[in-house]
Amino acid sequence: MRLDQRLAERWIKPNSRVLDLGCGDGELLAHMQRKLGVRGYGVEIDPDKITTAIGRGLSIIEQDLNQGLGRFADQSFDFVVMAQALQAVQAPDQLLLDMVRVGREAIITFPNFAHWKTRSYLGLRGKMPVSDALPYMWYDTPNIHLCTFRDFEALCTAHQIRIINRLAVDGDQQGNFFMKHLPNLLGEVAIYRVSRT
Amino acid sequence: MVIAADSVGIVTPRRECFEQPLLLECGRTLPRFELMIETYGTLNADASNAILICHALSGNHHAAGVYHDNDSKAGWWDSCIGRGKAIDTEHFFVVSLNNIGGCNGSTGPTCINPETGRIYGPDFPLVTVRDWVRVQALLSDRLGVAVWHAVVGGSLGGMQAQQWAVDYPERLRHCVVIASTPKLSAQNIAFNEVARQSILSDPDFHGGRYLEHDTYPRRGLILARMVGHLTYLTDEAMKQKFGRDLKSGKFLYGYDVEFQVESYLRYQGEQFSKNFDANTYLIMTKALDYFDPSREYGESLQTALSRATCRFLVVAFTTDWRFAPSRSEEIVDALIANGQHVSYINVDAPQGHDAFLFPIPRYVNALRAFLLPHEGSRHAS
Repeated sequence: MRLDQRLAERWIKPNSRVLDLGCGDGELLAHMQRKLGVRGYGVEIDPDKITTAIGRGLSIIEQDLNQGLGRFADQSFDFVVMAQALQAVQAPDQLLLDMVRVGREAIITFPNFAHWKTRSYLGLRGKMPVSDALPYMWYDTPNIHLCTFRDFEALCTAHQIRIINRLAVDGDQQGNFFMKHLPNLLGEVAIYRVSRT
Repeated sequence: MVIAADSVGIVTPRRECFEQPLLLECGRTLPRFELMIETYGTLNADASNAILICHALSGNHHAAGVYHDNDSKAGWWDSCIGRGKAIDTEHFFVVSLNNIGGCNGSTGPTCINPETGRIYGPDFPLVTVRDWVRVQALLSDRLGVAVWHAVVGGSLGGMQAQQWAVDYPERLRHCVVIASTPKLSAQNIAFNEVARQSILSDPDFHGGRYLEHDTYPRRGLILARMVGHLTYLTDEAMKQKFGRDLKSGKFLYGYDVEFQVESYLRYQGEQFSKNFDANTYLIMTKALDYFDPSREYGESLQTALSRATCRFLVVAFTTDWRFAPSRSEEIVDALIANGQHVSYINVDAPQGHDAFLFPIPRYVNALRAFLLPHEGSRHAS
């Protein structure tokens, strides 16, 4: 089972209301619907993925996340989920605040720019890092707001957002003892579960 | 001509007569009424595969297929209804009708009023979207369809689909609202009023009794269609199609047709005026103006739609300025506020309001995906 599906089953309570931001073809949302009986919406911008997700019987709203979550009411969801999209939006801080406004809890994943491979790539080669986790050239990357575990936690502190869980995993979605204790150096992907304090 | 393999083929309209009085929203009663309908595909044993198609302003019951081997003009939504098409007649039993007040065979202003023996003409009552939906529900009973798999419509047809979800929530499982709006804006009503005044001020209108004078308000209808047609197109699409091209290549310094766009509009208006009844046009535009399901629910669309239990697909087109995406989003947001099942797509298309009649792959694929019975629908809340 994929990590996001495992985490969803661990963190998301059955029959919750879930908003999945950047839901793609709806695989995770369909999984949560099947396993946990959640209700909710996926938000996506890619036309073909939307069609696939609609074909799964999901409720999908076409919307650019840069427009914010204005159409969703305060605390109208139990969980707001967003995988690998925070670094690609124009105002990640505003979107994060919107997520904890709309949902009781938010689950967010993003690539960690402070991973040792990224650090050494930049430090030794003097070039913007290109890797499996960050496969784009600097001029055509959608990742316009890359950050690190520490950056994200500083943002949460600044906005009184409470961190409930933190996970560090590698590109294959595996975590270990070392990543747990040195996430900013060893974690390729950051996973946070947060809420408004 | 060979009929395309994915066409529903040669179809025959049929007339359904209802020998019962019909009390209309305006307070008047039709003593009896008739509906012209077409059906495609086969109703299954448990009558669970029926889809109702609601037509827009100038539409009718002929939504798909052809009338004979050499018929070059297929039904108005042939691009979406057929074998293997988005509304797949191999799976679904599709019903299409001409609404009352229409001029394609259903009871309307060109029919004889049984109470006077005269042509209805201007005496035909103003019918509303609600009236149409109630008539469609009576037709459903007649056809043995207790619950529609889906009610589908574009523009004015999308209004009927919305009204179905509000008035008969237990009678549909899916509702498809395409290029529509929860109610007309002042600008929308203004355009309709220009169209109506064009017809009403034509000397050949004769207070609506033109048929008894053996004529019809040709110029008024042409003008009405010209202004209406403009609202279906976009500046960009017209630029692509006509630009500033001149018919004869030079200025003629007169008021005859000079620019290609003038020629096109006049031709469209001409064709329309020959085939459409002026009183029906007036009635249809008023039905558009009156539509507002929130009116009976404290002006709240959210409250009105909260009655619905079906899943919605709302489709908008980026360049549609008649019923812009923001109008579709009013429907979407009301449904989201209620926590109801809704999917929304805003399809990038250059055709403006007219886009809903085109087989734009993305739109057609989403429609197909939404209508096919899927596993997820069993988990509906």
